[in-house]
Amino acid sequence: MNAILEMKGITKRFPGVVALKDVNLAVQPGEIHAICGENGAGKSTLMKVLSGVYPHGTYEGEIRFEGQEQRFESIRDSEDRGIAIIHQELALVPLMSIAENIFLGNELSSSGVIDNEATHCRTVELLKKVGLAASPEELITNLGVGKQQLVEIAKALAKECKLLILDEPTASLNENDSQALLDLLLEFKAQGMTMIMISHKLNEIARVADSVTVLRDGSTVRSMDCVDVPINEDEIIRHMVGREMADRYPHREPKIGGTVFEVRDWTVFHEQHADRKFIKGVNFHVRAGEILGIAGLMGAGRTELAMSIFGRTYGRNISGKVLLRGQEVDVSTVEKAVNHGIAYVTEDRKGYGLVLENEIKHNISLANLPGVSKRGVIDDGREYSVAKDFQRKMNIRCPDVFQYVGNLSGGNQQKVVLSKWLFAGPEVLILDEPTRGIDVGAKYEIYCLMAELAREGKCIILISSEMPELLGMADRLYVMNEGAFVAEMAVADASQEKIMRAIVKAGKN
Amino acid sequence: MNSVMQAVEPTTGTVSASGFIKKNLREYGMLLSLVVIMVFFEYMTDGTLMQPLNLTNLVLQNSYIVIMALGMLLVIVAGHIDLSVGSVAGFIGGLAAVLMVEYHWHYLPATLACLAAGALIGGIQGYFIAFHRIPAFIVTLGGMLVFRGLALWLLHGQSVGPFPKGFQLLSSGFIPDPFGTDGLRVTSLLLGAAVALGFVYMNLKERANKIRYGAAAEPLGFLVGKNLAFAAAIIYLCYLLASYKGMPNVMVIMFALMLFYDFVTNRTTIGRRVYALGGNEKAARLSGIKTDRLSFYTFVNMGVLAALAGLIFAARLNTATPKAGVGFELDVIAACFIGGASATGGVGKVMGAVIGAFVMGVMNNGMSILGIGIDWQQVIKGVVLVAAVFVDVYNKNK
Repeated sequence: MNAILEMKGITKRFPGVVALKDVNLAVQPGEIHAICGENGAGKSTLMKVLSGVYPHGTYEGEIRFEGQEQRFESIRDSEDRGIAIIHQELALVPLMSIAENIFLGNELSSSGVIDNEATHCRTVELLKKVGLAASPEELITNLGVGKQQLVEIAKALAKECKLLILDEPTASLNENDSQALLDLLLEFKAQGMTMIMISHKLNEIARVADSVTVLRDGSTVRSMDCVDVPINEDEIIRHMVGREMADRYPHREPKIGGTVFEVRDWTVFHEQHADRKFIKGVNFHVRAGEILGIAGLMGAGRTELAMSIFGRTYGRNISGKVLLRGQEVDVSTVEKAVNHGIAYVTEDRKGYGLVLENEIKHNISLANLPGVSKRGVIDDGREYSVAKDFQRKMNIRCPDVFQYVGNLSGGNQQKVVLSKWLFAGPEVLILDEPTRGIDVGAKYEIYCLMAELAREGKCIILISSEMPELLGMADRLYVMNEGAFVAEMAVADASQEKIMRAIVKAGKN
Repeated sequence: MNSVMQAVEPTTGTVSASGFIKKNLREYGMLLSLVVIMVFFEYMTDGTLMQPLNLTNLVLQNSYIVIMALGMLLVIVAGHIDLSVGSVAGFIGGLAAVLMVEYHWHYLPATLACLAAGALIGGIQGYFIAFHRIPAFIVTLGGMLVFRGLALWLLHGQSVGPFPKGFQLLSSGFIPDPFGTDGLRVTSLLLGAAVALGFVYMNLKERANKIRYGAAAEPLGFLVGKNLAFAAAIIYLCYLLASYKGMPNVMVIMFALMLFYDFVTNRTTIGRRVYALGGNEKAARLSGIKTDRLSFYTFVNMGVLAALAGLIFAARLNTATPKAGVGFELDVIAACFIGGASATGGVGKVMGAVIGAFVMGVMNNGMSILGIGIDWQQVIKGVVLVAAVFVDVYNKNK
């Protein structure tokens, strides 16, 4: 049988990084082909190459669809050939109706005038196909996430697609909605549609996929057929994470003291969907001089957990206790949390961490302005020498601290955010993806800093999606999945396989 | 700390003059354009622009715009806008007239009551904007209508005046001259010289401070040149004013407020927090800044300054009219944007807004002297506003 889609030798480079290295993918007609891999393995990049988000010429290699070579210049081109992609983040306009969303950019119209009747009839048809019982006039904002996902699928079907790509379609769905969606995919398969599904959830892959391709670090590691042979989860896990652990972390001898920071029964509801419990009764503690790792996949609720603890900056109906050295403390505002010696270094440094159009020194002093001022008047000289001090200590590469942070590289920006929080003098430092998007050299410097802080007896909570980083730096790990801690392990007993297994096993129940 | 944390070469001492000017071109560019515009009109009006009488009028005519621009700058830097200031100024002028003329209040308590009313008005608008997240554009658009209407209602659609003598002095008075010379008001000239000296002293102190902490200071030649130019300009302008009636009281108030707000924005924690709020509200909140409260207070402050402007305007006309302050908001907002404030918040300087206000003021005055009709005046002002912002944005993106 000839493959409907063949991608051969795909290489995609970004400045400084090779995102995809000689990737090959072959999809047979009428199958569900699963692609799995860790965060950052290159799955989404590969799909963007396929759907024309990265136009022909910006990558190397060849794409053949239905036997012909394709050179997509835009998403429009790939859609015209019958390839539709449903992204992980839903791309619907909340205040427009289902029908309007389904035909957005693809309106049923003659000379610019929309044919409302035809739109209505086609929408009813499509909704029936995806099994969504809703009026075409219903606004998207009134639908739950599961139903929105179905609208996305209906939108893809409206484009008469031959190949449907689903990027983590069940990531934000609950168990029932996930099952219903998988059933729907099997039904489409029976009708002869070809699908590519990106997923972390091995139980789902085992249920619906006909073949699996595993990506790791931008390369194809393995493609396997699983129609005849039942899927071997352990084998897939090993392929997903099996990379060499090089000497990328500073050596440290942890001196761990008593428990300093403790969180009990922490429960948080979703910020938009008030009835959705997002963090489900989490308990954890950190000891002095300890680096505590929190592992999990994106969307597991780690950032939301951290932000809800840090001055309730995420979520609503928050309940639970925060204890510092056995005493319950009030952390209901950022100011109170900071005064109790808690600092949170955000994963989104541009969005939440920095004022980009402000000088480096202003950013560093922002969380502790009283530290550089007297009776509300800032002492410029003191502020300057504080900033200069951090520039030296943290090795921030910049001509002077008067420079705008917006002009710094990612690694240096991250050092500015860290400086800001270190200047606030924290006891407990929550680092959320502290090395995301920064180069290897800067990463090592940040690891050294963490080691140094732990040696001084500070508590460090490291949230990371990079498992080698957790295994290399942390003393103890929690594994988080779908808003709950599903495993705790000492790093000595942990391995990437064990973490991944804890995640996928938890997804099963 | 660790071996990887080695020191970077500190860049201390002074930088070259040309490099410094290049870096700070944006800051001085606006001032330069003001000087160019003044020279242009001075030439075109055959020297009428800088005549003592006209210069005094120029200051009086623009004082209320400058004072409101100080508050507006904070509002814009915080990422908001206030369209209601003209109506609020008109309403407060009316309130002052009712209190002093109809109820015969003494001008001191009446003035204080009016300023308090301005704070209350700003507080009401700020409450909806800051705590309920209603866009400032909408709230203050509503306020613009409400307070214009209330001004009409308060004055029964008529002009009310005249004000007591003491109150009139707010706008028409000049600082007293105990030396009593008739030709030249020596006090005003001395005051101007003192300000010039103070300016030079502050600059020298700042530079010494920078060098002490090892920061890059301005090159000495540039500093000397700049200070000489500024001191000469201040003393010359004061000399011109002194040769007429001296410094207007309003000018002293305006100057004091300018210095105060320049200090607040540059040197205090409150000012710093307002910039952070406008630059990135989320980052500011996660740094422990109470962003809602801060937004609220910028509007309270704006209300007080709008009230003060309304009082000055009423005192200048010596009567309160329901139409007072119509269109002020446009001049005030334009002044901030011409002065380099960013419409998205987080960027802007007090002195920039002041210069922006005088750019508009000099153009108004100069074009009137030249006899250009109100129709073309508006066209030219509109073009200058867009052109100034265009140049600013273009330079930034280059």
